[in-house]
Amino acid sequence: MKRLINYIKTFSLWDLLVGLQLTGRYFFRNKVTIQYPEEKTPTSPRFRGIHALRRYPNGEERCIACKLCEAVCPALAITIEAEPRIDGSRRTTLYEVDLFKCVYCGFCEESCPVDSIVLTSFADYHVENRGENILTKEKLLAIGDKYEPLIAADRTEDARYR
Amino acid sequence: MTDIEIEIDGKKLQANPNAMVIQVADEAGIYIPRFCYHKQLSVAANCRMCLVEVEKSPKPLPACATPVMPGMKVFTRSPKAIAAQRAVMEFLLINHPLDCPICDQGGECELQDLSMGYGSAESYYCEGKRSVKDQDIGPLIQTDMTRCIQCTRCVRFGEEIAGFRELGATGRGEDMEITTYVPHAMRSEVSGNIIDLCPVGALTSKPFRFTARAWELIQNPSIAPHDCLGSNINVHTRWGKVMRAVPRENVAINQNWLSDRDRYSYEGLYHADRLEKPLIRRGESWEETDWQTALDFTIQGLQQVLKSHGAEQLAALASPNSTLEEFYLLQKIMRHLGSSNIDHRLRQVDFSDQDNMPSFPGLNMPLADLDECDAILLLGSNLQKEQPMASLRVRKASLKGAHVMAVNMLDYSFHFKIAAKEIVAPHHFVQTLANIANALKKDSDQESVTNKIVSLLRNGKKACVLLGAQAFNHPEASRIRALAAFIAQQTGATLGFLTEGANAAGAWLAGAVPHRVPNPSTGTLGLNAKECWENPRKGYLLLNVEPDLDCANPVASVNALDQAEFVVSLTMFKNSVLEQYANVLLPISAFTETSGTFVNAEGRWQSFKGMANPFGDARPGWKVLRVLGNFLEMEGFEYKSSDEIRDEVKSHYADFSNVMSAKDGSWTEPKIPTHTDMSENSLSRIGEIPSYSGDCLVRRAKALQATQTITDGNLASLHMHPKLAERLNIKETEPVIVKQQDSRARLPVIFDHRIPEEAVLIAGGIPSTSGLSELFGLIEIQKA
Repeated sequence: MKRLINYIKTFSLWDLLVGLQLTGRYFFRNKVTIQYPEEKTPTSPRFRGIHALRRYPNGEERCIACKLCEAVCPALAITIEAEPRIDGSRRTTLYEVDLFKCVYCGFCEESCPVDSIVLTSFADYHVENRGENILTKEKLLAIGDKYEPLIAADRTEDARYR
Repeated sequence: MTDIEIEIDGKKLQANPNAMVIQVADEAGIYIPRFCYHKQLSVAANCRMCLVEVEKSPKPLPACATPVMPGMKVFTRSPKAIAAQRAVMEFLLINHPLDCPICDQGGECELQDLSMGYGSAESYYCEGKRSVKDQDIGPLIQTDMTRCIQCTRCVRFGEEIAGFRELGATGRGEDMEITTYVPHAMRSEVSGNIIDLCPVGALTSKPFRFTARAWELIQNPSIAPHDCLGSNINVHTRWGKVMRAVPRENVAINQNWLSDRDRYSYEGLYHADRLEKPLIRRGESWEETDWQTALDFTIQGLQQVLKSHGAEQLAALASPNSTLEEFYLLQKIMRHLGSSNIDHRLRQVDFSDQDNMPSFPGLNMPLADLDECDAILLLGSNLQKEQPMASLRVRKASLKGAHVMAVNMLDYSFHFKIAAKEIVAPHHFVQTLANIANALKKDSDQESVTNKIVSLLRNGKKACVLLGAQAFNHPEASRIRALAAFIAQQTGATLGFLTEGANAAGAWLAGAVPHRVPNPSTGTLGLNAKECWENPRKGYLLLNVEPDLDCANPVASVNALDQAEFVVSLTMFKNSVLEQYANVLLPISAFTETSGTFVNAEGRWQSFKGMANPFGDARPGWKVLRVLGNFLEMEGFEYKSSDEIRDEVKSHYADFSNVMSAKDGSWTEPKIPTHTDMSENSLSRIGEIPSYSGDCLVRRAKALQATQTITDGNLASLHMHPKLAERLNIKETEPVIVKQQDSRARLPVIFDHRIPEEAVLIAGGIPSTSGLSELFGLIEIQKA
């Protein structure tokens, strides 16, 4: 009897139909696939992506070279050198984040007294050549400038829970 | 007085009845918070942070100003004391800005620490804060007066320790400000100490400003490389680079203090002149090369000189700031080659008494004993600028009632009271000392400075005679030393030598002198520094010497180098003269990059370790010399560490029997000159070395140079007494032609009342006067 049923199933492509049934079910369902990078899943405003250095609305960089982020960084990913700027203010001459060392814990952002170093919710980046993993001050400020609306919106959103 | 018993926090303690509560607590290791109290300064009791509860007292009392009483019970952490401390802290923070992240003191701030430990988390204060205008007080110290909490430590330091009342408090209450009143730069040579004293970020170091944080720095003990006292310092490094130097407490030497020269000279370490790679001369141009090539080239050159002219034609000269190990290896190489032409006394010219000198020129007493002296005679010494730490001690003695006297060539305004002084031109200096020596022999009641000096020295219970750099560099230095020894012997005073450089004592002990070796069996007499230059040799081995700035007679030095066939220079810095005349420049390490030993004027051997990364390809001097020894196939150059070299030198002095003191009477009564062979109108040059131009490192420290320009004015000038100018019919700022033997210079005239009328001051050790010959020679002036 069993042999007979198997024989019929083999000839009638039963297994294929069972599979096609599943395919058919998903074929008519709502799609969950995201067309990355054209489409993206929503992220939390607290998402810790690439680093950025922010500026004040008047264009002045926020960072005052207090070196608290460097001190708090558990992965020693941050390197800072500072000296007085021509106007006498305390500024960095070198601010580097090593993306290979960084563990994205966000302590630097927590420690920053002027909300200068932030982890943006932007996570789509890659490195092609050795050395590009080091984010220099210029790159960090450029990221900050580019994503300032995003950064500001995220902080505003999160502020309610702080 | 017998000790009394008191109780602090339930702990029974023995206390000196004159002590304050805070002193007893400190000794017992019980910490009471404080801002204005400092153990070396007077009690001001104006910060009120040290309030403690005392049994039977209705209110909390300041521990720094409360004398102990028998049976007293003190509570430092009782609810009442804690409440008082919190309240004080809240008041202090009312006007103190809360911007620690941009403050340079952040991380090493007493206010920050005590606010964490003793303050409360919130404040009731919500009004505006006061702000105070900053003042520029010179290139060394940065002010942020808004941060000041008016503890007045800096003011008290100036008044009590430095003897320079430069800072003071104006206004009362909220208007109280610490200021110089009339804006000016700090002129004290120990001004940097107020940075350490300031408990907040109101006074911070200007060259160090914003460059590093306290928590990033590694603290390394070291020894200051500029004066013969060997102040103890901590060098702070970050990533192998020296960031700053701060004092390390040593009660016997520098206490808590440090001179500005030792504090800020680190800036010179990374000057653009610093030599990175060995350089060898190919024809007219310099070629950067590696050590192997450079050493081969050096050996070849040296052997060439040896072969064609013999070892006698070779001379080695070393800076008195070199380490003991460098001196020892240098002399070992030289004596192995068969030459004793080695010296470190670059600015001295008279060596005729060198056989009678003690094993090393030193103080002959512990430095701390200077505090206890009651009669001090300074001979040819600008003590305050040359040896700031010794000067602080002399001032301390002076405040206790000691009589300080001076026989000098310039009328310095010291920070201690001068009881008697003779200001004479260099060519009258010996005569003046002879007069004092003569006055010692006959008792005269006549009122004269000479007699006053004699009687003060005689009546002193503990007297000392201190010879400074100008006495050493004087053309008749040996007569000055003989007379000084005679005066000291007759009055029962101690004779102390305060030499130039950090390690003159070490140089003598290591044998970097032409007439002595640590191991006495192998010595032959060589040429001294003066002879080495004046009888040009064919080959020179220079150790950190800048011939145009470090030598007594730059003209002769440069001339000698010009005639030499082969000049090897082990040097930290490039120098125009070396670049012109040397054949090889070998980069050696600064004191922060090498291990070594300095012997100070007391005879204290102080070793230190290297802590910073070597600059470029620079190598420690002792290693370079050791390898030179190896290349020359000499025996006894198998040292693995500088400690081995030090121990070898030390083994020669194991029983210290060959350390004789100047008092041992190796000097006999000198022949006292009765006349000088100078004419009435002779003029001599006072070749003072400005305090920040003494050695290659300090000459390259930017902030110190800026300070020197402010305090000493234009050094590239000729200073003379207005009366002399009147006699010569010269006006101020007018340029004149100065003739000294064959050398000439054109310098503007500056009037200076400190100078005797028979002399002019032309500073040495600076490029603008390096065209002139002897520092203390006779001089002629012509109108330009």
